[in-house]
Amino acid sequence: MHDLISEKAARFSAHLEQAELMGQGVEPLTSLDPQITIKEAYEVQLATIQKKLDTGRRVVGKKIGLTSIAMQKLLGVDQPDYGHLLDDMVVGNGETISFSRLLQPKVEGEIAFVLKRDLIGPNVSALDVILATDFVLPALEIVDSRVKDWQIKLQDTIADNASSGLFVLGGKPVKPTDIDLTQIGMVLYRNGEIMNTGVGAAALGNPAACVAWLANKLFEFGIILRAGEVILSGALSAAVNAEPGDHFSARLAHLGEVSVHFNPV
Amino acid sequence: MDTATVKKIAKYLHLAELEKREVPRITLQYPELSVEEAYEIQEHLVQIKLEHGHNIVGPKMGLTSQAKMKQMGVDEPIYGYVFDHMVKSGQEISLSDYIHPKVEAEIAFILGKDLEGTNVTIHQVLDATEYITPALEIIDSRYENFNFTLPDVIADNASSSGVLFGTLLQPPHKLELDLIGVTLLINGHTRDLGAGAAVLGHPAKSVAMLANMLGRRGLKLKAGQVILTGGITGAIQFEAKDTVSAKFAGIGSVDFVVKE
Repeated sequence: MHDLISEKAARFSAHLEQAELMGQGVEPLTSLDPQITIKEAYEVQLATIQKKLDTGRRVVGKKIGLTSIAMQKLLGVDQPDYGHLLDDMVVGNGETISFSRLLQPKVEGEIAFVLKRDLIGPNVSALDVILATDFVLPALEIVDSRVKDWQIKLQDTIADNASSGLFVLGGKPVKPTDIDLTQIGMVLYRNGEIMNTGVGAAALGNPAACVAWLANKLFEFGIILRAGEVILSGALSAAVNAEPGDHFSARLAHLGEVSVHFNPV
Repeated sequence: MDTATVKKIAKYLHLAELEKREVPRITLQYPELSVEEAYEIQEHLVQIKLEHGHNIVGPKMGLTSQAKMKQMGVDEPIYGYVFDHMVKSGQEISLSDYIHPKVEAEIAFILGKDLEGTNVTIHQVLDATEYITPALEIIDSRYENFNFTLPDVIADNASSSGVLFGTLLQPPHKLELDLIGVTLLINGHTRDLGAGAAVLGHPAKSVAMLANMLGRRGLKLKAGQVILTGGITGAIQFEAKDTVSAKFAGIGSVDFVVKE
């Protein structure tokens, strides 16, 4: 983690923190500073994470965002982004989430990787990822934005820890060498109704390629993906809005099911 | 609508298919056309094709995705028939055989037993199914700009025009058909994707609904018929020199190259 946090990064980090304190989204950073760069946005994210670590939180993994062509088009970008997963973001499979922990959540179905070996950039390939992966699991990611009405540009979501919220791991651990990750089918349900379907290839053509991108991107920041880390590799279908009282589940071929409730408030 | 008009419209649509020419949709002239009348036109169209010596391979389902049903304002899919002359074997198709074709990836069911009734269940479908196989369906509306209302597309045999099947046949019991991941690629680029559940929650549900829709008309699904269950992906346009391929998790792939 960076030793020196710039005044600007600290200020913008505090701005986003207001959203959590006030319980409502704040102005996007890109409207406070239209010139903010991607590098500066990551510095804001790292500043926020550093503060959380200082209060005793622990990094348990990373998430990759903007992995679908549709999302990249929406934000006008041609590459993914990433955020940090902390120990207090973990929700048990089938558990109920208090809606007060969230601002404007959406749910996505994904494949989670758990590493058995460190992955160190800059030349990590999708094959390296599969060989370094202990197992994969089905996951629900509850994304959220500290920015008002999800009015995000690329820099906004990067600064906001890639719009991370909470995440749920389910199913059973499966070795990535036992399955073809690119062709795994996924069905996402809200309250028992099918919302959409997807397939592994929705994440940059191959979820393992997303993890490889992450390892190589982290190299720029001097960060290593460590054995034991959980990596959410990217949504397999469009994110679905969550309301109080909703029940979400996803079924993934070979990997099983993962589900979560939102309390009715 | 009198029988003479029904026959006249069926001939009009058959001619458009033969001449590979797009025509104004029939509801422009008959805005009151009902779904029931549209199926009568389709039956006459089928009759004409049978009289021309073509044979039915099996019925096919259309409008099986939530998105398409919403778009057309319906809560039940539609069906049409695939004929033997529409089945392409080999790896090439000719663009000149079609008007403005689109392609979608589907799972086909090959029946080992008849399915008859108005309360056919998914379990009965799986029990009656000998094999499933992947398919690329080519749909080609006979209407100008692929623009139609629900009765139009029903009368037009649900835009049926072509199909290519995969080379692997598997019994359905070993597979989780709703979780089969499918990608549709053109020239190596993924153009759309989905899982089997995109078809009415489960591809076998599509066959059950088809059996029940036919059952209401006193018809049945027959052993040996090959049934297209509906698009897992959206319908994607293609052009001459394109290579179209679909990959289906665990059940193989289907490809074709498009000639002029």
